[in-house]
Amino acid sequence: MLSDQIQANIERELKKYPADQRQSAVMAALRFVQDEKGWIAPEDMADIAAYIGMPQMAVFEVATFYHMYKLKPMGEYTLTVCTNLSCQLSGVNETLLHLKNKLGIGLGEITADGKFGLREGECMGACVDAPMFTINNKKLCGRLTGEKIDQILAELSAGGQGGKQ
Amino acid sequence: MINIEIDGKRIETENGTTVIEAAHKAGISIPHFCYHKKLSIAANCRMCLVQVEKAPKPLPACATPVTEGMKVFTASEQAVKAQKGVMEFLLVNHPLDCPICDQGGECMLQDMSVGYGGGASRYHEEKRTVLSKDIGPLVSAEEMSRCINCTRCVRFGAEIAGQMEMGQAFRGEHAEIMTFVSGTVNSELSGNMIDLCPVGALTSKPFRYKARSWELSRRRSISAHDSLGTSLAVQTKNNHVLRVLPIENEDINECWLSDKDRFAYEGLNSAERLTKPMIKQDGKWQEVEWQVALEYAANGLRHIANGAGAEQIGALATANSTLEELYLLQKLMRGIGSDNVDFRLRQSDFSADDKQQGTPWLGMPIADISRLDSVLIVGSFLRKDHPLLAARIRQAVKKGAQANIIHSVDDDLLMKVANKTIVAPDALVAALSQVAQALDAEKNGKAQTASAGAVAIAKSLSCGGCVAVLLGNFAQQHPQAAQLQALAQQIAALSNGKFGFIGEAANSVGGYLAHATPGTKGLNAASMLATPRKAYVLLNVEAELDTANPQQAIAAMQSADLVIAMSAYKHHATSYADVLLPIAPFTETSGTFVSTEGRVQSFKGAVKPLGEARPAWKVLRVLGNLLKISGFDQDTSEAVRDEALKGVDVAAKLSNTISAIDTNAVSAAGGLQRVSDVPIYATDAVVRRSAPLQATVDAATPQAWLHSEELKKLGVQVGATVKVSQGQGSVSIAAAADDKLPRGVVRVAAGHAATAALGAMFGTITVERA
Ligand code: SF4
Ligand code: FES
Ligand code: FES
Repeated sequence: MLSDQIQANIERELKKYPADQRQSAVMAALRFVQDEKGWIAPEDMADIAAYIGMPQMAVFEVATFYHMYKLKPMGEYTLTVCTNLSCQLSGVNETLLHLKNKLGIGLGEITADGKFGLREGECMGACVDAPMFTINNKKLCGRLTGEKIDQILAELSAGGQGGKQ
Repeated sequence: MINIEIDGKRIETENGTTVIEAAHKAGISIPHFCYHKKLSIAANCRMCLVQVEKAPKPLPACATPVTEGMKVFTASEQAVKAQKGVMEFLLVNHPLDCPICDQGGECMLQDMSVGYGGGASRYHEEKRTVLSKDIGPLVSAEEMSRCINCTRCVRFGAEIAGQMEMGQAFRGEHAEIMTFVSGTVNSELSGNMIDLCPVGALTSKPFRYKARSWELSRRRSISAHDSLGTSLAVQTKNNHVLRVLPIENEDINECWLSDKDRFAYEGLNSAERLTKPMIKQDGKWQEVEWQVALEYAANGLRHIANGAGAEQIGALATANSTLEELYLLQKLMRGIGSDNVDFRLRQSDFSADDKQQGTPWLGMPIADISRLDSVLIVGSFLRKDHPLLAARIRQAVKKGAQANIIHSVDDDLLMKVANKTIVAPDALVAALSQVAQALDAEKNGKAQTASAGAVAIAKSLSCGGCVAVLLGNFAQQHPQAAQLQALAQQIAALSNGKFGFIGEAANSVGGYLAHATPGTKGLNAASMLATPRKAYVLLNVEAELDTANPQQAIAAMQSADLVIAMSAYKHHATSYADVLLPIAPFTETSGTFVSTEGRVQSFKGAVKPLGEARPAWKVLRVLGNLLKISGFDQDTSEAVRDEALKGVDVAAKLSNTISAIDTNAVSAAGGLQRVSDVPIYATDAVVRRSAPLQATVDAATPQAWLHSEELKKLGVQVGATVKVSQGQGSVSIAAAADDKLPRGVVRVAAGHAATAALGAMFGTITVERA
């Protein structure tokens, strides 16, 4: 079931579109679910489909098309590391290595305590700060060095507000 | 009109058409994959690139509208280079192993790559793999690596079948065609995706690796499983039917085929086939020679006719028997002196018989359905009973037609329904007469007194355009069928529309033309069973599955002295019959079906009869000879057909007009009323034995469906076993909730072994906790 909050958010979103174009709200609806639950399960997609009135498969198509929708639990803090060209040139491979060693997980994995998840991402349009990652798709952390990463991780571990909503 | 030029050929075409349509109309072929004339334009494969004068780069012909003076080149250097490039890209990820692909030999990609591709591949890197999917018993998605992501299957589902069960998930290199959380594809039209898939990604599961397309012989045939008269290609090898495909016929089935028509053939070679004549002696079945069996049958009939009297003999045939079989059956009966013959086995109200002059039919050509502006569909499990007719109405609705429904269940028709009135069976007549009343008020400016629902339907029907009232199987089987017919007639008259019956089976019209109906002295199907006869001749009938009241039918069979069952299968008749005569199903005999629009279509057998089975018309002819009845000397089925239709102007005979009828109110006996559908894969003997069809969701064991309030009243949980009883019989099935059902009804399917112990398809029924 979609929570009351999500339903209210979707309702607000639906007002932006003509009455016969309800499916336009699907991307926002998926985002509301992800913000609340951290990821989007097939049941959530089915709920969204029923709520908006579109085929379940069509919701699934959208959810799987966009990389930023998480289709499995990716930890309390999902770190999405850009591996595109500018970041590559600025040493993102070392950044990744550092993260992997520090967290003991590989790309697409989460730590045993469920705190951190690591993902690969595409250019975030902020190459000036390369190399970089985002926290939960919301907070951008750039000019990463080993030291800076350790500091961010420590802050997040200590329950810092990092990128949490 | 617009003038364009393609490859130097001047073409006049309508404004708004695309280059590919204009080219096809002019007989110029343009290679393509994703384009399909019945589907929306996706323009994702790029195979159709052509050069257009003044355009800076090649354009996709499927998505480029024609403009005045346009000059198109399909084989210029630019076009050829583009086609070759696209072909190379398409093959980058496609396995190059046609010899082991089931589609090999009938693959668009294979053909196109021969025609437009290079001789060798320049790509040596690893190809992507896409995992196989299990999407149900009919369509195989075993080889999804072969998919070229044209999305034809997806668009077919969303646009024609009306439900988007398949979709393209993920993106780019990872894009995959799949269903939502590994669900099965349950559409009753799913097999068409196999035809549409241009490669070997979606193939027929039952046909997979059975044969190569070039090994198959092909015979034209006509569908035996519904009343549409669909054109079929029956493909055979070594005297076996291995596959059935549609033959395009725009006026009937367009280019589609229902899964029922496509996969029913798997029932033809079932282990239950009766391949030798049998007679029961001292309670034991024995295989005998034809001569022995036929003489036994003839002697038995003669004995009863001479003793108890010919009126003690009754003949029942299913409505999917051929015209020839039905004609000879009635001729045989009348030759013996009995007028008891009928093919309308699930009908319960015969009071229209002497009130209508003509042969009931659709009331219009099938193609006209596409032009309707408003239609009222009364008592029809439309999608399951008539899958392709439903698809046609769905398209009409998309173009703006209004569908109005009056029925006792509210199944999803996968189309926009303008108005609907869902009432219990005993309120169907009232619901219809409300509409008539509302129309009358609307037309004659009287004050509206009818219900709001009826007024809404009346408004829709009085739109002044093309209007039709169609009566479905449920309406025809209803105990007040004649009243429904009279009301439909009245409504059609008030709305200047047409009205008709969507025939239940392949020969629902043909049976009338063959006179396989009782004359004034005779008994109809219901009375023949209600007042048991001493002898029955059954043609294709499974008494407990094909009749309106299985309990009564079985009792009648069991009390009879002689039952002669002509059947392609060894079925329950072994418990009540005395002679079993193996006859040929429609693929093994020539014959004629008259479709619901009155189209007379003859077909030839595709294979030889199995074992010692013989075409039923021949069996009946010999029986006629043995009984020394004159006029049984036809040499061919064509001769039988010509005799049956001699001097008959079929078009002139078709008429739904009914004169004043008595209104027989069905007594409201209180308690729950039964609503029964005949599930899509339970309609006839062949379909019932098709293993793949029986493995579908649609063939699930019947349940007792009730409104959840009714369940609560009974104190029954969903899923719990309940005892459902009618008369002396009862069955134990699972209870299920359907809140779209009206209160006071239980939906229990008929035509199924699990419910065959019950009584009439309509009427009171009790449900208790088991
Ligand atoms: S499965 Fe076949 S029809 Fe469907 S997208 Fe792939 S190639 Fe096209
Ligand atoms: S390449 Fe990493 S942010 Fe642009
Ligand atoms: S047929 Fe035109 S792009 Fe596919």
